Amino acid sequence: MTEASLYLLQQIINGLTIGSTYALIAIGYTMVYGIIGMINFAHGEIYMIGSYVSFIVITGLLAIGSFVLPLVLFIALVVAMLIASTYGWTVERVAYRPLRGSNRLIALISAIGMSIFLQNYVALSQGSRDVALAPLISGSVLELGSLETFEVTLSWMQLLIWVVTLVTMTALTLFISRSRMGRACRACAEDLGMTNLLGIDTNRIISLTFVIGAALAAIAGLLLGLYYGVINPFVGFMAGLKAFTAAVLGGIGSIPGAMLGGLILGVTEALTAAYFPSEYKDVVAFGLLVTILLFRPTGILGKPEVEKV
Amino acid sequence: MRGSLYNAVFAAGITLVLACLMLGVRLGAEGTTLTVYGAGADRWEWILAGVGLVFLSQLFSTQLGRLSSRIPRPDLGTLKPQEATWKAIKPWLLAALVVGLLVWPFMVSRGAVDLATLTLIYIMLGLGLNIVVGLAGLLDLGYVAFYAVGAYTYALLSEYFGFSFWACLPIAALLAAAFGFILGFPVLRLRGDYLAIVTLGFGEMIRILLNNWTSITGGPNGISGIEKPTLFGLEFSRRASEGTQTFHEFFGIEYSSGQKVIFLYLIAVLLVIVVIYLINRLMRMPIGRAWEALREDEIACRSLGLNRTVIKLSAFTLGASTAGFAGCFFAARQGFISPESFIFIESAIILAIVVLGGMGSQIGVILAAIVMTVLPELAREFSDYRMLMFGLLMVVMMRWRPEGLVPMKRPHLELK
Repeated sequence: MTEASLYLLQQIINGLTIGSTYALIAIGYTMVYGIIGMINFAHGEIYMIGSYVSFIVITGLLAIGSFVLPLVLFIALVVAMLIASTYGWTVERVAYRPLRGSNRLIALISAIGMSIFLQNYVALSQGSRDVALAPLISGSVLELGSLETFEVTLSWMQLLIWVVTLVTMTALTLFISRSRMGRACRACAEDLGMTNLLGIDTNRIISLTFVIGAALAAIAGLLLGLYYGVINPFVGFMAGLKAFTAAVLGGIGSIPGAMLGGLILGVTEALTAAYFPSEYKDVVAFGLLVTILLFRPTGILGKPEVEKV
Repeated sequence: MRGSLYNAVFAAGITLVLACLMLGVRLGAEGTTLTVYGAGADRWEWILAGVGLVFLSQLFSTQLGRLSSRIPRPDLGTLKPQEATWKAIKPWLLAALVVGLLVWPFMVSRGAVDLATLTLIYIMLGLGLNIVVGLAGLLDLGYVAFYAVGAYTYALLSEYFGFSFWACLPIAALLAAAFGFILGFPVLRLRGDYLAIVTLGFGEMIRILLNNWTSITGGPNGISGIEKPTLFGLEFSRRASEGTQTFHEFFGIEYSSGQKVIFLYLIAVLLVIVVIYLINRLMRMPIGRAWEALREDEIACRSLGLNRTVIKLSAFTLGASTAGFAGCFFAARQGFISPESFIFIESAIILAIVVLGGMGSQIGVILAAIVMTVLPELAREFSDYRMLMFGLLMVVMMRWRPEGLVPMKRPHLELK
C-alpha cells in the first residue's frame, strides 16, 4: 500500500474509535428525544461524571493493592454506570419531570441550568484543573506498513473501545427489540399518551430511558477517559454537543441512526483534523450539522414528522 | 405515613449515592501520579447534614406543602396605581428617572459608575435577545456570536483603518445584522430545539474562528489598545495625540480619569435609551404583533397568511444588530477584547437575564440585568459558587416561576 492510503487508513481507525464513543453518548440524547421530545442538555455532564467516577475507582483500587487490570476496569465500569445512572435519574426527577407538559423552551432552559450546575458542582468538589491518569493499556494489536514510510497501528485501547461499544450496542438493540421493557419504550416513543392509557407506567419508562442513557454515557466516559488520559469538569460540554450532532445526523429518535451518526461524525472529524489545521475540526462538526439539517432535516435514518393542529 | 417514610428513605439513599464518590473523595495529583484523597471530616458532616435534610423534607413533604400554601403571596399587581393616575404620573416618572440616571455618576465612586456601565451593556444584550427569545419565541443559544461580531468589527476597523467609535457603531450593528441574516436564512426553517443547537454551534464556530485566525484577530491574545470614544473629536486622555485636542484642555478644567468613565457611562445610557425606544415602537408595529403571534402559534399564524420567514428573519436580524451595538461599545469600553469574552456561558447569562426577567417583558429584563450584574459584585466572597448558584437559579425559576419576575403584559383593552 502507498503511504497516502496507509495514512488514510490510520485516520479511519482513529475516527471510528472516537466515533463509537460519540455513538454511545448520542443514544442517550436520541432515546430521550424520541420519547419526550426534549434535548437533555445535561447529558454531556453525565458523561463527564462517569469519567470522574471511573478515574476515582481505578486510582482507588490500584492504590489499595495489586488487582488484575481487567477486574479493576470492570469494577470501575460497573460503579461508574451505577453512579452516573443515579445522576441521570435524579436530574430527570428534579429538573424535568415537574416541567413535563409545559412549553418546550422552559424544559430546555431548565436543562441548560442543570448542565451549568453539574459542571460547577464537579469543578468545586473535584477541582477545576485537568486530571491525568497514566496509560493503563499500552501496546498495539496490529501494525501495518513499515517505519520508513508510515506505520498503521491499531492499539489495544482502540480495540477495547470497539469491542465494548459493539457489545453494548448489541445488548441495547436486543433489549429494545426483545424485552417487555424495551417494547414499552418503543410504545412510548410511538405515542406517550396512548401508552399511558394502555396501562403502562410511562413515568417509569421515561426514568428508564434516562438511566439507560446515563449508563451508556458512563461507559463512554470510562473509555474516552482512558483513551485520552486527561479529563476536566468541562469536557462534557463539547462531547455532549458532538454527540447531539451525531444524534441529529443519524436522525434523532432513531437508535441505529445515533450509532451511524456517531461513526460518521468521528470519521469526518478525524479526516478533517488530518488534512486541515486540526483546530477546525469542531467547526467541521457543526458545519456538517447545519448542512444535514438544511438538506435532510430528519437526519439519515429519521422519519419525517408531521405537525398537526 | 408509611408511603412517605419509604419515599424519605429512598430519597436519602439516592442523595448519599450521589454525594459519596463525587463529594466524599477527591482526585489529586501527587507528583505525576494520580491519587485519591478522602475529603475532610467537615465535608462528610455536610454530606450527612444534606442527607438528613432530604430525609426530613421528604418525610414531611405533605405537611410542608400545606404550610407553604398558607403563606400569603404578595400580589404585585395591586401595587400598580390606577390606570388614570398612572397615565398622569408616567411622563414625570420617566423624566425623573432619566435625570437621575444622568446626574448620579457625578456623585458616586468610579467603581460604581463602571459597574453601572457594565450593567447597561447587559441590559442592551438582554433587550436584544428579548426580541428573539421573548417576543418571537426562537431559542438562540449563540447570541454571544453577534456580540463578538460587533466587538471585533470595531476593534479591527479601528486598528487597521483608524475608524472612529461613532463611525463604527452603525457599521457594527449592520455587520452583526448581516451575520444574523446569513445564519438565519437557512436555519429558521428548523423547529425550536434544532434552532437552539444550531445557533449554539454557530456561536462556538465564531469563537473558534476568532481563536485561530491569528494573523488578523490576534488569536487567543486578542486585540488590545482599542481607541476610546471621543466627544466630537475631543479625547479623554491626559495628553492629546497629534492634531487633536483633549476634553479637559478644550473646556479648561482639571484632568481627572473619572471623566472618561462617566463619559462612557453616558454613552451607554444614550444607547440603552435608543434601544428601548426603538424596541418599544417595534413591539407596537404590525411586525411586533406578528412576532408574538408566531410565538403563540405558528400554524395559526401561517394559516392567517403571515409570512413566517420574514417575521423570524426580522426578529433574528434586529436582535443580532442590538448585540452588534452592545459589542461595539463593549470593545470601546474595555480597550481590549479576546475570544475569552465570548464563550457559551456568556450566552447562557444573557438568556438567564431574559428568562429571569420574564420573557418579552422589557422592565423585567432591565431588572434582571441589574440583579445579575450587581449581585455577584455584592457577594464577592462567594464568587466561587457564582456559576453553581446561577445554574440552580435557572432550574428553580423554571420550576416555580416560569413566567419570570415581571411577566409580560401585552397592551390590551378589557371590556367592563
